[in-house]
Amino acid sequence: MKSEYTDSIRKEFGSVILDENVSRNETYLTVKKDSAVKICDYLYHHFDAPLVSIFAADERKADGCFKIHYVFSLDKEDAFLIIKINIDEKSPEFSSITHKIPSANWYEREIQDMFGLVPKGHPDPRRLINFEDWPSDAYPLRKDFDIRTKLPRVKGEYVYRRVEGEGVYEIPVGPVHAGVIEPGHFRFSVAGEPILNLEIRHFYTHKGIEKLFENISIDKAVFLAERVSGDNSVAHAVAFCQAIEKIAGAKIPPRAKYTRTILLELERLYNHLGDIAGIATDVAYAFGAAHANRLKEEVMQLNESVTGSRLLRGMNTIGGVRRDIGGREELILEKLSSLNLDFSDLMELLFASPSVADRIETTGRLYNDIAKGLHVVGPAGRASGIDRDTRRDHPYAAYRELAFDVPVLKSGDVNARTRVRSDEVYESISLIEQALSRFSDGDIKVNIKEIPDGYALGYTEAPRGETLYWVKTSKNRIERCKVRDPSFCNWLAIEYAVLDNIVPDFPIINKSLSLSYSGNDM
Amino acid sequence: MTVEDELEIMGQRLNEKIKNIFGRSLHIREVDAGSCNACEVEVTALSNPIYDIERFGIHIVASPRHADMLLVTGPVTRNMELALLKTYNATPEPKLVAAMGSCACNGGIFGDTYASGGGIDKFIPVDVYIPGCPPRPQAVIFGLMVAVDKLDQKIRKKEA
Ligand code: SF4
Repeated sequence: MKSEYTDSIRKEFGSVILDENVSRNETYLTVKKDSAVKICDYLYHHFDAPLVSIFAADERKADGCFKIHYVFSLDKEDAFLIIKINIDEKSPEFSSITHKIPSANWYEREIQDMFGLVPKGHPDPRRLINFEDWPSDAYPLRKDFDIRTKLPRVKGEYVYRRVEGEGVYEIPVGPVHAGVIEPGHFRFSVAGEPILNLEIRHFYTHKGIEKLFENISIDKAVFLAERVSGDNSVAHAVAFCQAIEKIAGAKIPPRAKYTRTILLELERLYNHLGDIAGIATDVAYAFGAAHANRLKEEVMQLNESVTGSRLLRGMNTIGGVRRDIGGREELILEKLSSLNLDFSDLMELLFASPSVADRIETTGRLYNDIAKGLHVVGPAGRASGIDRDTRRDHPYAAYRELAFDVPVLKSGDVNARTRVRSDEVYESISLIEQALSRFSDGDIKVNIKEIPDGYALGYTEAPRGETLYWVKTSKNRIERCKVRDPSFCNWLAIEYAVLDNIVPDFPIINKSLSLSYSGNDM
Repeated sequence: MTVEDELEIMGQRLNEKIKNIFGRSLHIREVDAGSCNACEVEVTALSNPIYDIERFGIHIVASPRHADMLLVTGPVTRNMELALLKTYNATPEPKLVAAMGSCACNGGIFGDTYASGGGIDKFIPVDVYIPGCPPRPQAVIFGLMVAVDKLDQKIRKKEA
């Protein structure tokens, strides 16, 4: 494949490239271990290519070493460039790139915890997923670690960053919160009301999902993908299925593509409505919250009538979808048209209310340079001027054939994040209408008997943003499945968005970023 | 029958039971012990204007110290185990525990692994199991009804 980027890398770094491998829109370059930092830095700063994932794989059995993959998205070319390095078991370390690319931070610490490979020079090498009471030599994603191992609890301590000074005190919150939300720990350092520093500590809900993928059949893995982050079930399942279908070289039938698109947009609708309801609740706009919650419930009931599941589960499968949604077209259109009217009424009222504006404008600002540095994705990124959307930049399902706008705003505050979601609600309604108007008869699934050995990326734009799966198969099993939920990118943004805001605004800022704990912790 | 009809019938029955046994409302503390968050989506739905469970005398409270019942989701991850035990211990007696969702009931798809505990009852005593992945809001209300009956039995046993 011709690519401006790969050509340039070849020219600049030809002497350190050990191996090259192109499969569909993914180019894999294995480079010398000590040149990865230079090349990644070049791609990131010279080409402005976003670093969308870093992950390791234990290939000691086949190749005698661990591998680390740095995945860059080449949005303009609808392609991905993956820089690979080999790491020898005898020297289990690699150079950290976090000081050059801040978004590498958590990935490198994740690799350290899960594989025991040490990122040398990492600015914050504390444990991330394995809590302080985990033994120090337990690396769950190594192949010689049995998934059923019950690790003893050992003594250890987690040291939080400290902010000191006159009148500075700490407010620890969680992991069990006052509201019905997922568990995580937040530690605020405040002086009076304004927040001086926030440190988040997560991974309370780490369920060993990536290890589990390696221990179940590919068919069953679709159900597991649906449960990585429950409210983004469809986006995860489709991303996973697409990776497998890519490995198998299978093309799914048009009717399956359109069905998936409709499901993906229904999912976006109920999520965005829920987020808007949450923001309205947190600014004490009770009427708006009730209204938005009712609309969300209506979409969930529509989901149930169309698919049998309020969360649209159990519909996707390798090769297409399981059930035909034919016969429900009228119902969907009817519901969407009333949703459209009700929603625009609600948004008009919400944005016209001075008490709402007062709470959401300039609150929780996430500046563009920080959002970019952390690789913030989805509506949160678009509200901070990052013009990226997987549906447009790497089209999948039926998105190539449908027309839609990607709303992008600059101010990066709660207001912008609310407006981006509100605009996206209309786009989703229109996408479903367009999809239904092109819905043609035909199969909903291709049968894929054998899944060859191989590897590929699958990706979707979940309601929260870019969702990535890298799957490697071997003998009809999953050898490695790297899941990258959008929240894994976005969580750190909250530490910046809250600065100089007051503690009572934290819930709104948190809600407006709409972060998944389960998807992050896995 | 529509969702609303189903709900009215069950809700009224539940309300009566609560009144008979508690003489007031049932206070529930929700604890996520490592769920995938879809169970939380349904617990949240219980408070929306369609289900609006407060009108049946059910109140979701902010602290375990105010709770009659813990509604627990998730398979109990290794990293949540201590927090769950602390929450359980902070809940005053007599207390009820409902395991909501397949993974709370027995680990579900996450099973029993290095990171997942394989269900709530391995860690704290459970009174009712509400299966489903996630259970629909109606199923949760039904489960609460069964739980309230259980408490009635518990109290009678003590008195006898
Ligand atoms: S029971 Fe199902 S829906 Fe509920 S938390 Fe577990 S996996 Fe998620």
